Amino acid sequence: MFRKSDWTDQKIEVVIANLLRAGVTLSAMVVLVGGLIFLIRHGLSIPHYRAFAGEPSDLREWKGVVRAALALRGRGIIQLGLLFLIATPVARVAFSAFAFALERDWLYVGVASFVLAVLLYSLLGTAL
Amino acid sequence: MNNLEFTLLVVLGSFMAGFLGALTGLGGGVVLVPLLTLVFHVDIRYAVGASLVSVIATSSGAAVAYLRDGFSNIRIGMFLEVATTLGALFGTFLAARVSTAAIGVVFGLVLLYSGYVSTRTPVESPEDNHPDPLATRLGMNGVYPSLAGPKAYFVHRVPAGFSLMFGAGALSGLLGIGSGAVKVLAMDQAMGIPFKVSTTTSNFMIGVTAAASAGVYLSRGYIDPALAMPVMLGVLAGSLTGARMLARTKTQQLRWVFAAVIAALGAEMLYGAFSGRI
Repeated sequence: MFRKSDWTDQKIEVVIANLLRAGVTLSAMVVLVGGLIFLIRHGLSIPHYRAFAGEPSDLREWKGVVRAALALRGRGIIQLGLLFLIATPVARVAFSAFAFALERDWLYVGVASFVLAVLLYSLLGTAL
Repeated sequence: MNNLEFTLLVVLGSFMAGFLGALTGLGGGVVLVPLLTLVFHVDIRYAVGASLVSVIATSSGAAVAYLRDGFSNIRIGMFLEVATTLGALFGTFLAARVSTAAIGVVFGLVLLYSGYVSTRTPVESPEDNHPDPLATRLGMNGVYPSLAGPKAYFVHRVPAGFSLMFGAGALSGLLGIGSGAVKVLAMDQAMGIPFKVSTTTSNFMIGVTAAASAGVYLSRGYIDPALAMPVMLGVLAGSLTGARMLARTKTQQLRWVFAAVIAALGAEMLYGAFSGRI
């Protein structure tokens, strides 16, 4: 009734924890760098969040974000860091699917793959 | 107020939200959107986008501490993530179709509910040692470390928990919050999972749920980098500091204060929505 593979589950969890920590650390550092560049260049401008305009189209999808970041635009670099952050849980689900396959737990390989598909649809698909 | 002053103030506010959220166990996400909309007059769509991003950061940042303790159950988490991610997509679908005032009303009600729930002493549902066939088939029963050694538990009422999780995901996608309160409710009240297991597994699921809606928010242009930057960094630093101080602080009174703040923000949010300010 209880799974014999608890030890393996524990090992998987340790890997996942390190994966999450690495993702968050990387993302926070990139966001910080982008933020500093943004503030150095635009620190004295006036923000305008009261009225909703939506972001320019190049900051809405990953190719545009990568281009903006490579051009060393502060906002582009921040957005790239945020993409790393959003990708972190996605990587965790992908790793879980792989780990379940190692345990030959095909039911959960299916469950994890489904969750992964939903996440990829959200991240790569067009807006609903 | 220029960008520099705005950023510093938002970092400060977000730090406090993350700090109190971690210290009281109520999560900082739920006060971020009201803080941004009511105090900083940010449009609620930008606020929700920034809050979602910070929810992913705190959930992933805190997972390290939780996982080490061996309480979380990755099978329960993964299975219920099917419901929360689909719910999150549904929530983002709704967010684009209802008015900002309607979002404000739902938010206000969720805040009032969260404030109420967090003042109650939770009651552990009675132990049920009969295995449930569906949960057993899904490999959800598990063991967690307790003072008396490893303790086995059985999971029940999977369909009810699954439905509640869809609702939690929808709220997360609509409001940009972790919905930890609803997730824990689904797991310990409906499915009879022990507290320690449900709290840690819920934290684990929050990041995945938020990632499902964050992708859609990004492509809609709701995630503004210059706003998300101070929010994410502030909340992350605050929650890590709070988690570190947790062991040395008595949190009961703090919980009451924070619950009162949450409820007041809920009332303010409802007022703002009905008076047309949101």
